[in-house]
Amino acid sequence: MSVKADPNWEPKILAFCCNWCTYTGADLAGLNRMKYPANVRVVRLPCSSRVNPQFILRAFQKGCDGVMVCGCHPGDCHYATGNYFTRRRFMLMKRLLEYNGIDPQRFQARWISGSEAAKFRDTVTRVAGEIKALGPNTRFQEKWYEEGGEAQ
Amino acid sequence: MSRIGVVVCHCGTNIAGVVDVERVAAEAAKLPNVVFAVTNKYTCSEPGQATMKAAIEEHQLDRLVICSCSPRMHEATFRRMLKDTRINPYMLEIANLREQCAWVHTDKEKATEKAIDLMRMAVAKVEQNKPLFTSTIPIHKKCLIIGGGIAGIQAALDVADAGYQVTIVEREPSIGGHMVMLDKTFPTLDCSACISTPKMVDVGQHPNITLMTSSEVVNVGGYVGSFEVTIKQKARYVDHTKCTGCGLCETKCPTKVPSEFNQGYNKRTAIYKPFAQAVPAKPVIDPDSCKMLKEGKCGVCAKVCPLGCIDFKDTAKEYTETYGAIIVATGYDLIPWQDLYGEYGGGRYADVITGLQFERLVNASGPTEGHILRPSDGTEPKDVVIIKCVGSRDPHKGKSYCSRACCMYSAKHAHQILEKLPGANVYIFYMDVRTPGKGYEEFYDRTRADGAVYIRGRVSKIYKENGKLVCKGEDTLLGKPVSVQADMVVLATAMVPAVGVEKLTTMLGIATDPDKWVQEAHPKLRPVETQTGGIFLAGTCQGPKDIPDTVAQASAAAVKVCGLFSKDEMETSPMISGVDQQKCCGCGFCVNCCPYKAISLVEIDAREGARRVKKTVASVNSGLCQGCGCCTAACRTGAIDLSGYTNAQILKEVDALCL
Repeated sequence: MSVKADPNWEPKILAFCCNWCTYTGADLAGLNRMKYPANVRVVRLPCSSRVNPQFILRAFQKGCDGVMVCGCHPGDCHYATGNYFTRRRFMLMKRLLEYNGIDPQRFQARWISGSEAAKFRDTVTRVAGEIKALGPNTRFQEKWYEEGGEAQ
Repeated sequence: MSRIGVVVCHCGTNIAGVVDVERVAAEAAKLPNVVFAVTNKYTCSEPGQATMKAAIEEHQLDRLVICSCSPRMHEATFRRMLKDTRINPYMLEIANLREQCAWVHTDKEKATEKAIDLMRMAVAKVEQNKPLFTSTIPIHKKCLIIGGGIAGIQAALDVADAGYQVTIVEREPSIGGHMVMLDKTFPTLDCSACISTPKMVDVGQHPNITLMTSSEVVNVGGYVGSFEVTIKQKARYVDHTKCTGCGLCETKCPTKVPSEFNQGYNKRTAIYKPFAQAVPAKPVIDPDSCKMLKEGKCGVCAKVCPLGCIDFKDTAKEYTETYGAIIVATGYDLIPWQDLYGEYGGGRYADVITGLQFERLVNASGPTEGHILRPSDGTEPKDVVIIKCVGSRDPHKGKSYCSRACCMYSAKHAHQILEKLPGANVYIFYMDVRTPGKGYEEFYDRTRADGAVYIRGRVSKIYKENGKLVCKGEDTLLGKPVSVQADMVVLATAMVPAVGVEKLTTMLGIATDPDKWVQEAHPKLRPVETQTGGIFLAGTCQGPKDIPDTVAQASAAAVKVCGLFSKDEMETSPMISGVDQQKCCGCGFCVNCCPYKAISLVEIDAREGARRVKKTVASVNSGLCQGCGCCTAACRTGAIDLSGYTNAQILKEVDALCL
């Protein structure tokens, strides 16, 4: 790996959260003043099924080190069946990413309800830790190819 | 070129205490197209809003980013504020710097960096926003109620009393449902027919209620405010506009078949009213048993009818009408225990009966005029066994849920047996006794005091020996096998959703749970609504419940309908899906994944070079779409997009984070 080891490096993690469960859960974590690492940036969407696999590829391509897709628990979807589609889509997506050399830990789908503030905190903390341990993501990245680097 | 304004809120010290808001505003000012960036102590306050409004005018802003608390908190507030400015309310994005940044992080540097990222994402997104406009849909103030049991009756009366038109569709020849078949109701021992038939009469006479019996819903289209419903009325062969219900035809009809209402314990004629107090109190001809309709011979009823109401050439009719709201009140059926419980005889023993059959046997207007007699030989039983949870709480054979009413009606049956047959013995096999209701536990105590013997355990086998039904089981409190010699066994069979409910829920586009009970929108907070706007639930179609709960839910559903009907039109969210018909290839993937059946394939005229061609494309029904966006990820050509959360908006957000 030609990426220079930076002791202050912090991973950037993108979390797609559904408005009705996980985004609410994340808000509740705030209301309860829970603390978690500042690596995660949340994108608010109506439903986890709104997440197009293209968004995830784009995130990795643009330099994200990890991506999370979070929604209501299966069976509790605000839109009745949306997260069943999310689940099927991302089982497939995870395998595609793995096939392309992205560590499966960099992409996580999680079900966090509006009341599970602690679960949001714990999930974010764990995922941030795991991705920090993995180091920067270099697959797919435009910058990486532009700088003349070779794939891992 | 867009002109973006960014306002970073201190929220007192809530945000400013952790995030360097001035730095966030300074970073915002550097971004292209951001022409105005400030901080504000309390953005949501009156002065805060006034400052923003002034800035919008002064700087000719056309979109706004507010970095403050969660959009779930004040998005609506700020959209309302924008209503009387030059900015469209949907040209607003909120960066959540409080709940998801300042309150959860302690490291000021990292929190500020994150805040800048969140602000940048919001600015990138808002650049892609397009003005959106809410539209309104008209509400047809007419309510359809599917099912004429006590739930449908109560809901119909409540909606009709509020002054709205109601149509009840009932597939049987009379309304009344299961409640009218019951003898007495627990725990007060009110005569069930005496309290339900007056309500049936009210329905029949109400000027705002149209009653459609022998009818079923065959097609549903449209959406909240204007559902297009097709109702099919089966051929009744009796002209109900002329018939006075004199009943002469019924006395002369020579064909006798088992009465469904009396659970097959006596006979009815081929031209019949299901029961004496039926509403409408006019007969119909059962085409499966009528000799004239089957063999072309007889016609006695036509000869005796003084008004000439009989029409053997009658056919099914279809009616299509527009309704603003629908209440589903399809009720329940009993689990087909004969197929599941071979160890209880599987229906071979005439004296092993269901609770509903017992209700008819004990009813004064029933086949035995209220004498509890064994169906096999017409003698009085001396020893009666009642078995609870037959099919309920039994995932291996039946259903895993509790049917809720059985503990109480079994206690009532025991009470009635002990009252009507002095010296009789009643043994009740139970798993648990559940009496959650007003006066229920007291009633159970009273039944035990009457002499009912409660045995905790299940019956594993029933067999015949010396003319007795031997019930073998285990008393789990004693830890010993027990065997009771019974003359009659009453099974408290599980409630299951009414036959055919699946067809209806598919038509309506509403969800059911794994047991096929209709799914409510939220189990706690929206118990009478479905996921589909304008469709409500009442009674046991949603899950097993007793009469008080059913009636309460029916009135609740009626209030929901009245609330909807109190307005002439309804505002709809503009954040819904839309199809670019140029790009759409008509694959229909979106049609299959839509939870609301909001997308359909339509044929349009298109141009292909110089030729005019027919093209199949997807089309979104704006009244049905709830804006989840599930379809957008399924679209392979990117033709379908969700307003407010477009692909372009989200991709820009992602890009902005990774800069």
